[in-house]
Amino acid sequence: MSSLVKNIVRFTLFIFLQVFILNEVPPLHRFIVPYVYFLYILWLPFNMNRVLLMVIAFIFGLTLDSFTGTLGLHAAPCVLIAFIRPFMLSILLPQETIEQSYSEPGSRSMGWAPYSLYVGLLTFIHHFYLVLIEWLQFGDFLYFLGKVLGTTAISLLMIFLAELLFLRKGKYRTNAA
Amino acid sequence: MKNIFLFIRRYFTFLSFLLLQVFAIVLLTRSSKTHEAFFSDATSELTGKLNERYSNLRSYFSLSETNRQLAEENNRLRNLLASNHIAPDSTTINYTDTTYRDSTGRYRKFTWLPAKVIGNTVTLQTNFLTLERGSNQGVKKGMAVIGPEGIVGVVVETSANISKVMSLLHRNSRVSAMLKKDNNAGSIEWDGSDPSILTLRNVSKSAKVVKGDTVVTSNYSANFPSNLMVGTVASIVADPSSNFYTLKIKTATNFFSIQYVYLVENVRFAEQVQIENTPLTNQ
Repeated sequence: MSSLVKNIVRFTLFIFLQVFILNEVPPLHRFIVPYVYFLYILWLPFNMNRVLLMVIAFIFGLTLDSFTGTLGLHAAPCVLIAFIRPFMLSILLPQETIEQSYSEPGSRSMGWAPYSLYVGLLTFIHHFYLVLIEWLQFGDFLYFLGKVLGTTAISLLMIFLAELLFLRKGKYRTNAA
Repeated sequence: MKNIFLFIRRYFTFLSFLLLQVFAIVLLTRSSKTHEAFFSDATSELTGKLNERYSNLRSYFSLSETNRQLAEENNRLRNLLASNHIAPDSTTINYTDTTYRDSTGRYRKFTWLPAKVIGNTVTLQTNFLTLERGSNQGVKKGMAVIGPEGIVGVVVETSANISKVMSLLHRNSRVSAMLKKDNNAGSIEWDGSDPSILTLRNVSKSAKVVKGDTVVTSNYSANFPSNLMVGTVASIVADPSSNFYTLKIKTATNFFSIQYVYLVENVRFAEQVQIENTPLTNQ
């Protein structure tokens, strides 16, 4: 399957998963909504133009927003993590070789520890920004931080499960391909 | 000018990031106010269709809950129906107002009360009617029940607002009746087979009975006033081993369609029954 087709399929699946399953989950707690949809952006290929990455993230977020009826709410954090993503990758992957030999980020291509850090930090940033612009104020700071951390924990748990369930074969790029 | 272009080119990524961010925030602030109207109808149509499909699918999972809610609502609405709010028949005042001793110096023996039939069976061996009138409205045990066309039965149980009537179509029903023509009395029973045919036993063979004769209640009944319609003779069976006829009586009352009946109270019922049931002494 070509990278384009694969990502289009993922786009739809992530949106549907988030809208029709995770957003329907009865609240675990007063401030936790399980989010995993942004994993789509984290899984986009390495060798993508940064501006294109952000545009895709924006469209992706806006698609989710049109389902939930809050235009821009999810688009802004998506664009933010799409903007930060290349910096994170360049810090976590000093070796030029990985980017060339694997197509997209994953536990296989990056190793568990850097990949966990990559996912964890971006998840936290995403939720922090999402909750911030949702409230447009810090309010009670401990409550705010609790919501961000709680949501982040749930998201990380689900991403971890997703990684275990759907073992993505990190495609090793050879010269032939 | 060249420097500006260089600047834009150098920070193109960051600028496009800022642009998208600002766009998203503007959308957010706009949409929170005008929400639907802002975005084109096309998107909302697409997402709306998907949402509709999804909720169609999901509605199957909550069918039992929905059914329960609908049943509850039906129950609640039915309880609001006008037909459920029947004022109790309190017309008894019309009858009890007239004193037992009227101006011509005669005693009142029977008082009549109207009642609505709210339950009726004809298919069993022991048939009962239920009336929307109870002891609070003056119904007593033993009162006679009479329909517009003929007699119906006897009250056997009363509660506050409901009373139960043993229909003539009951194996244990016994009503004293007579031939209207020559006042030969007998006992009305039911053999449990045909709801429109009663049996009149113990009519003397000396009576000149023919098919079609009218049968009315007799003077001997404690609860029924005399000369009320019971039915007409349908067939005559002469029992060769005795001196009595057994008459099949076509009921005057159509037991299949009773709507309203009258309850008749004999003011001296208790007195009469008591004296009839007292064992004789000093004999």
